[in-house]
Amino acid sequence: MDLHNLIEIKAIVINPKAKLVENILELEKLEQVPTRNGYGEGLVEVGKKNPNVVVLCADLTESTRSEAFRKEFPERFVEMGVAEQNMASVASGMNAMGKIPYISSYAMFSPGRNWEQLRTTVCYNERHVIVGGAHAGVSVGPDGATHQAIEDIAITRVIANMTVVVPCDQHEARKATIVVADLEGPVYLRFAREKTPVFTTFDTPFEVGKAEILFETKGKPDVAIIACGPLVHNAILAAAELEKNGIKVRVINNHTVKPMDEKTIVQAAYDAGAFVTVEEHQINGGMGSAVAEVITRNFPVPIEFIGVQNRFGESGSPNELIKHFGMAPEHIVKAAKKAIRRK
Amino acid sequence: MTHLHDDKIKELEEKAAQIRKDTIESVINAKSGHIAGPLDMADIFTLMYFHVLKHDPKNPDWPERDRLVLSNGHICPVQYATLAHAGYFPVSELKTLRQLGTRLQGHPHRTALPGLETTSGPLGSGLSQSVGMAIAARMDGLHSYIFCLMSDGEHQAGQTWEAVMLAGREKLWNLVAIMDRNNIQIDGMTEDILPLEPIREKYEAFNWHVIEANGHDFGEMHSAIEQAKVIHEKPTMIIAHTIAGQGVEFMERKFPWHSKAFKPEEAKQALHELRTLGGKIKSEHE
Repeated sequence: MDLHNLIEIKAIVINPKAKLVENILELEKLEQVPTRNGYGEGLVEVGKKNPNVVVLCADLTESTRSEAFRKEFPERFVEMGVAEQNMASVASGMNAMGKIPYISSYAMFSPGRNWEQLRTTVCYNERHVIVGGAHAGVSVGPDGATHQAIEDIAITRVIANMTVVVPCDQHEARKATIVVADLEGPVYLRFAREKTPVFTTFDTPFEVGKAEILFETKGKPDVAIIACGPLVHNAILAAAELEKNGIKVRVINNHTVKPMDEKTIVQAAYDAGAFVTVEEHQINGGMGSAVAEVITRNFPVPIEFIGVQNRFGESGSPNELIKHFGMAPEHIVKAAKKAIRRK
Repeated sequence: MTHLHDDKIKELEEKAAQIRKDTIESVINAKSGHIAGPLDMADIFTLMYFHVLKHDPKNPDWPERDRLVLSNGHICPVQYATLAHAGYFPVSELKTLRQLGTRLQGHPHRTALPGLETTSGPLGSGLSQSVGMAIAARMDGLHSYIFCLMSDGEHQAGQTWEAVMLAGREKLWNLVAIMDRNNIQIDGMTEDILPLEPIREKYEAFNWHVIEANGHDFGEMHSAIEQAKVIHEKPTMIIAHTIAGQGVEFMERKFPWHSKAFKPEEAKQALHELRTLGGKIKSEHE
């Protein structure tokens, strides 16, 4: 990409209210931190704020970044061993006694392995338990498909009353981890293993259930890109590229998959008339499907879905895998053009 | 350790007989639901709610109360009958069991009905929740006991053993589990389906204190619970040996009655047997 042109574009199209980092389009200049680090930082902060917060972890204390909380509040940390089903229901029992449990593991195991325990003993039982699922998506990398959760959004959002949040970077992950302590009911927070660009700031607004417009062309957009998780940054890079080609774009960070900000999504359908959804997840049942459910009821427009297309992941480097599974900026650009053609 | 007086035992036996009768009637009325487990646990439920538990039916959310977690939720008809007799809701509401709009769901749902500590049904998760409650109670210095009523069959579920392992490590003195050892499950006898024995030794190996008792003997069960409360280094498992379908001769020890519905003549006979209960209770109808 021509850097000079990109910076020029940035001045016009980045939404100033989003308070993003200055050099958002210059990937090599951005700090790279995994979203799970934001979870770890958030746990310590929310632990300081609220003495009822407890953290349970299933033998993955370091890699889920629960370690900092364990060090700060050892009396409020419970090591569960490799027992995710037990962890979900123990958390339910602790909430029954007034605690606010965060349960940490890899998304593949929690909410993967313990789905029924979450459904019955946490969600149906109306318990306020926060599930922190690390290592979601194919960007887990070399560990391969067994550890790459790409179904977790689908299996959590389908459960009645569950809140599902997919933070886009370290800052958003930290904010989400803190604010969900004050919600009611069960929450799923999805995190990634790999370092990804930190492109929001301390000042970027974050509210559960409120999608944020990050990139906005002057005038009526030709297409809206609805993204969640670290791939939001790829969506912005794609938007800049589309803008260069004279295509007007709105990029929405749709971090809360459930309850979805229907107003912002339907307005985007009305304004743009074509969507691309972007997520590091199966396209079946994920964030894109949730968006489709919202707009088909309100204002149907063509949608192209960027995500894993009914396959399992595999080993490789994170960047290779994002390209291999068709989730890189160039794939988003192509999908946007196709969505516009389908109008 | 206090012993139960004969008068108290007699009172509990009579209460248990009423609870059995109301349990059966509610299941007959619902035309579905489990019956063998509820009958064999009627004595233990009666003992718990009418003698052991620190609770207040007028204030079900009292923070200092003991918790009774029913893990095998399918035996809820007996819990419902017991809660109604204890004063949590009107006995007349038992006839709504399993009907649309009822607070008495086919499997217990915590937020629907006062007195329930959890939602349960899918087997193997009650002990985990009890462990969570016990850990949290200990964190807060709360002197409540957590009682978990479990089936024997759910010891085939892996999650049960995850919880057993954690409770043993945590030395949860405030946790008392009671296993309904009736030896039956849906497909047959536990020892034919997937053997649990030696179950006592298994618990002991996981650092639990284990007591065995006759689940139909109020005095024995009461002593077991009193003993469990003074064990301060370990959680306790009370293996309550029970007779599936206890109180109705043609149902006793028969696994098909785990969840079988009554035919009209069977319902009549069951109620007759319960009402007379060896002449202890006067029959209402002949």
